[in-house]
Amino acid sequence: MKEADFRDNETLELFKKSGGNILLTTIDAIFDWGRSNSIWPLTFATSCCGIEMMAAGAARHDFARFGIEVYRASPRQADVIVVAGTIVNKMAPVLKRLYDQMSDPKYVIAMGACAVSGGPFFYNTYHVIRGVDHVIPVDVYVPGCPPRPEALLYGVMQLQRKIKLETMRSPRSTDDLLR
Amino acid sequence: MNNEQLKERILGLVPDAEFQENKQFLTFLIPPARLHALAQKLRDEEDLAFDFLFCLTGVDLIKQLMVIYHMESTRHKHQLVLKVQTEDRLNPAFDTVCDLWKTAEFHEREVYDLLGIRFNNHPDLRRIFLDEDWKGHPLRKDYTDEVNIVEL
Amino acid sequence: MKEVVNLPVKNIEEEEYHINMGPQHPSTHGVLRLVVSLQGEIVKSLKPHCGYIHRGIEKMCEKDTYPQIIHLTDRMDYLSAHINNHAVCMLVEKALEVEVPERVKYIRTIIDELNRIASHQLWWCSFGMDMGGLTCFFYGLRDREKILDIFEESFGSRLLHSYYTPGGLMMDIHPNFQKSVKDFIVYFRKKIKDYDDLLTGNIIMQERTKGVGILSKEDAVSYGVTGPSGRGSGFSCDVRKNHPYGVYDKVEFNEILMHEGDTFARYMVRMHEMHESMKIIEQLIDNIPAGDYSVKMKAVLKLPAGEYFQRVEAARGELGVYVLSDGNKTPFRMKFRSPNFSNLSALDHISRGGKIADLVAIGGSLDYVIPDIDR
Repeated sequence: MKEADFRDNETLELFKKSGGNILLTTIDAIFDWGRSNSIWPLTFATSCCGIEMMAAGAARHDFARFGIEVYRASPRQADVIVVAGTIVNKMAPVLKRLYDQMSDPKYVIAMGACAVSGGPFFYNTYHVIRGVDHVIPVDVYVPGCPPRPEALLYGVMQLQRKIKLETMRSPRSTDDLLR
Repeated sequence: MNNEQLKERILGLVPDAEFQENKQFLTFLIPPARLHALAQKLRDEEDLAFDFLFCLTGVDLIKQLMVIYHMESTRHKHQLVLKVQTEDRLNPAFDTVCDLWKTAEFHEREVYDLLGIRFNNHPDLRRIFLDEDWKGHPLRKDYTDEVNIVEL
Repeated sequence: MKEVVNLPVKNIEEEEYHINMGPQHPSTHGVLRLVVSLQGEIVKSLKPHCGYIHRGIEKMCEKDTYPQIIHLTDRMDYLSAHINNHAVCMLVEKALEVEVPERVKYIRTIIDELNRIASHQLWWCSFGMDMGGLTCFFYGLRDREKILDIFEESFGSRLLHSYYTPGGLMMDIHPNFQKSVKDFIVYFRKKIKDYDDLLTGNIIMQERTKGVGILSKEDAVSYGVTGPSGRGSGFSCDVRKNHPYGVYDKVEFNEILMHEGDTFARYMVRMHEMHESMKIIEQLIDNIPAGDYSVKMKAVLKLPAGEYFQRVEAARGELGVYVLSDGNKTPFRMKFRSPNFSNLSALDHISRGGKIADLVAIGGSLDYVIPDIDR
């Protein structure tokens, strides 16, 4: 992604031009900078995409330079849940419970074809959920089977752009998303 | 022991076993009532010594339900396949072999879960992959599920 | 005067309670739920609950053609994906009585062994990480990236390739393949000494693994524990030696057997196996015969009616593929004898009497990959 594109947020520019309160926009900018540059994910990997997620955190494609410093084992301490792998009927209530335990603001990245839409397991099977967005609201979809670690990093950068759009006036609420 | 000697030995133990020709391994179809006694002898006799059960498969042959046991001896390096089948599709049941080979415990639970075949005297026969309240046995040929399965 | 009534006080130490190492846990290596019954810190019994990644692959195989099934087998035990593909390809070739060229056999064997090294590298890094040594994670994955680079150059993807097809390979290897593999072996021989310095000789690791989780040879055979976990207990189960396939009968390598049966023995078997795999590759890499990379097969493959069984040595144990065919282009019944399923059934037996902290070390040494258990 080019750096010029990364810093280009039309919605943010429009909001600033339309005359948001100067004090609030500065505070918003500080909060958004803080939130987007230190997203801590939950350790959640069901199948093959989990290995590519681990590879994205390893030495060659380093996650930590994007602010994803550590993986938290407990959902209460995590900001983002990267759903890497297939979700089946038996696992869906567990995923929903994990998502509910996370505290706001929380984000979801659906990684891999299985989490996006069921992937190679779309036809002829009785136990697979075709896409994790049937269970929890998703922010960023990263396609691939499995996606390269660079693709996951691109997905994380897109999430950072999305976070920079939030403001205190209309804080992100999961009730809006679930409606 | 080579295949000829094994074949004679098995037919000596269970005369009404049906030998199946032209298979990759030495294969017998035996009546379900003989299964446990024969399996015990296969494991315990010195010259047979089948101590490694390497595959336990359940098959739905539209009219019958069959369970196939692939076993090998680590000492004598010979292999054998036993098959049992039943026409009873509502309450199929065979004797368990998990007191002889401990690996059968999990494999028989899988066969019960996916095909509905019960095993008598199994210590803990319950579903292993699907939820406890799942209706039906998916690997059966007459299993339909309009909600979950998307046909191509 | 009131009498003091002595109520019987329950001794908390003697009560059993259950804890749930739930599907989402950093060290269960996937989605496995273990309900552990503890008395204090001693494990009394353990019940694994599988099925959290049960995708119904065996049911899907009944509607897919044989080349399509290769793509599904990749995703079962994804760390030894090539070896799974090899099993199905060999089964189809044997059923159709097709003889693949020697070049194909050599390349398949070399790539299988590279895959085995990559799988053991990932095992090593997660084993160290589970016991607390986070450095192992970075070292192991750094070296695994070198193998993934070789794969990517030749077949275009890092993890799930589907490179073998019935009849041969999907495309020929890259011209740089032989040189890259030879460079990798020289590089890895130096690095594996670091692995030994870092973890094998570490006193904490030895205290945590010696004498822990003992599996006797009779139990290994009865539970069907194959692969490095079974060989750590003295069970000689290597399919490459007992029922050779590919070109394993033309190379010299040792089957590593240890007899203590504890976690440390299973660890050492895998470390030695990485050396043996490198030995096999060195014997083959310069002698790949020239020739075709594939035999011309029909567009639609119909196996003749009958039963077929193929056994291969995956990185974690013996993988068996059973097909019952009725003459159509899709199998009537396809069953995968998964090595991890049998390895998991022994977990209850060997962790009884140990502490809960040992459970993590034992689980790491059995090295199970959950999608292979659930298929």
